[in-house]
Amino acid sequence: MEWEVVIGLETHTQLQTNTKIFSGASIKYGAEPNTQACEVSLALPGVLPVLNKEAVQCAIKFGLAIDAEIAPRSVFARKNYFYPDLPKGYQISQYELPVVGKGAVTIQVPAVGKNPAYEKVINITRAHLEEDAGKSVHGAVEGMSGIDLNRAGTPLLEIVTEPDMRSAAEAVAYAKKLHELVQWIGICDGNMQEGSFRCDVNVSVRPKGSDKLGTRREIKNLNSFKFMQQAIEYETRWQIGTLEDGGTIQQATVLFNPDTGETRAMRSKEEANDYRYFPDPDLLPLTITEADKAAVQATMPELAGAMKARFETQHGLSAYDANALTTSRELAAYFTATVDAGAEAKQAANWVMGSISAKLNAENQPISASPVSAANLAQLLKRIADNTISNNAAKQVFEVMWVGDSDVDAIIEKLGLKQVSDNGAIEAIIDEVLAANPAMVEEFKAGKEKAFNALVGQAMKASKGKANPAQVNEVLKRKLTG
Amino acid sequence: MALSIEDIKKIAHLARIEVSEQEASATLSKLSGILGLIEQMQAVDTAGIIPMSHSQDLSQRLRDDVISKTNQREAFQAIAPTLNNGSNEPAVADGLYLVPKVIE
Repeated sequence: MEWEVVIGLETHTQLQTNTKIFSGASIKYGAEPNTQACEVSLALPGVLPVLNKEAVQCAIKFGLAIDAEIAPRSVFARKNYFYPDLPKGYQISQYELPVVGKGAVTIQVPAVGKNPAYEKVINITRAHLEEDAGKSVHGAVEGMSGIDLNRAGTPLLEIVTEPDMRSAAEAVAYAKKLHELVQWIGICDGNMQEGSFRCDVNVSVRPKGSDKLGTRREIKNLNSFKFMQQAIEYETRWQIGTLEDGGTIQQATVLFNPDTGETRAMRSKEEANDYRYFPDPDLLPLTITEADKAAVQATMPELAGAMKARFETQHGLSAYDANALTTSRELAAYFTATVDAGAEAKQAANWVMGSISAKLNAENQPISASPVSAANLAQLLKRIADNTISNNAAKQVFEVMWVGDSDVDAIIEKLGLKQVSDNGAIEAIIDEVLAANPAMVEEFKAGKEKAFNALVGQAMKASKGKANPAQVNEVLKRKLTG
Repeated sequence: MALSIEDIKKIAHLARIEVSEQEASATLSKLSGILGLIEQMQAVDTAGIIPMSHSQDLSQRLRDDVISKTNQREAFQAIAPTLNNGSNEPAVADGLYLVPKVIE
């Protein structure tokens, strides 16, 4: 039987605020244990939550970015369960009335083998505000668990999709796009190692063609795209294998073990999903007016999709290039600055995605770490455009620029890379080459095209690589056939 | 809706409240009484009425995102709960609050 996998994601994005969602304690990462755990984080008697304005604005930004309904009235609810890193005995979340309603994200699924790349719209069911829990630390004291409540109360936006994805590749493409988006609009730093962006993936399988959903298992807390791919692929194989062996799938929460590449069900807790949500009487309903939305809208950057379309029409870039350049605002800004400084757009795109990205990727650095500024790159590209240097020579200049030298013209001078574009000089070189290689000339005249390339090579060599290759071609062709 | 004694025990367990058999039956009749009241209220036509989520007809006020809490770990940890082991010392170590071991 042919099977189909059905995937939906729930992503916890940590919002980029200074303080917690319900108190004025810092959320800075990496502080000494419990130094950022105030009386609200500790749930001391008598404390009350006060909602952080910035967290609400982050939620509105996200809603606007995915073209979603933003609830004029949303309600905070208590999700009740007992765990030591949750001292109140409940998490403040949103249940029936979330702040962000239905929206959509368009993803680009890359080509794999013979299957071409394609776009797909993933529907967002909802996004709601909630607080994070603290952390349990094991092993510090024998027989005990240590609790660090610095993270308790950190603002999260949980973003939930419809079960719209049909492969691990689609799920990863969605997660990557969402990761780009939340950073693009500045609501999340996207740091996956520090847990700022965590995905729970719901996976089920069904016979292809069926419109009934199978029983799902939820893979918890994936914090790398690579692990997500592996976990979904393993889980899919496991579920299909189980069903084909005549077994049934039990709804469960599973963890992915990166060392074995396997998923494993967590100890099933009996009343695991009996959270008894109810509206939190400590918080009034959150009201968002049209004016509130307009005020946030005014602070929104141009979105990646719009910028991509603009790059295609304004700069004549391919969809692929435009997409690659709009994966982050910093990268797009670097490209734009290069073009604004006078570089030709297509060439700027090639260099930003080629030499610059290759160097940065090798060092695992963002574009902001590039030692070559946009203005300097533009200067280099202008020297290619005005025929001062060849593309190959530019690569040599670039290497020098990368290690800190920024004066393009001085480097060209120092390395003696200035291209010879003087027609007279090139003619002289070619005359010499023709005189020195009569055999090659004969071959060419006898119809051997290869001889022509050999003569170009000789001419380039004679000019120590400095002759303008296009001119060499042109002059040589004229002299041989004229 | 009729409640059973099992329902009472489950609710008590979810709330981590210990109930004896006797307390459970007493609670059963009390809770059933409350549910009976709710059942009566269900008869009221509430179509078109926004469910009330708070007793006050107000909106949530928002706080500016400015750090206003300073580190008071020492003060808080001085009054941390003690362990049930005869010691009166707050159960803290290395800045952490200690609890009986939690195994995932």
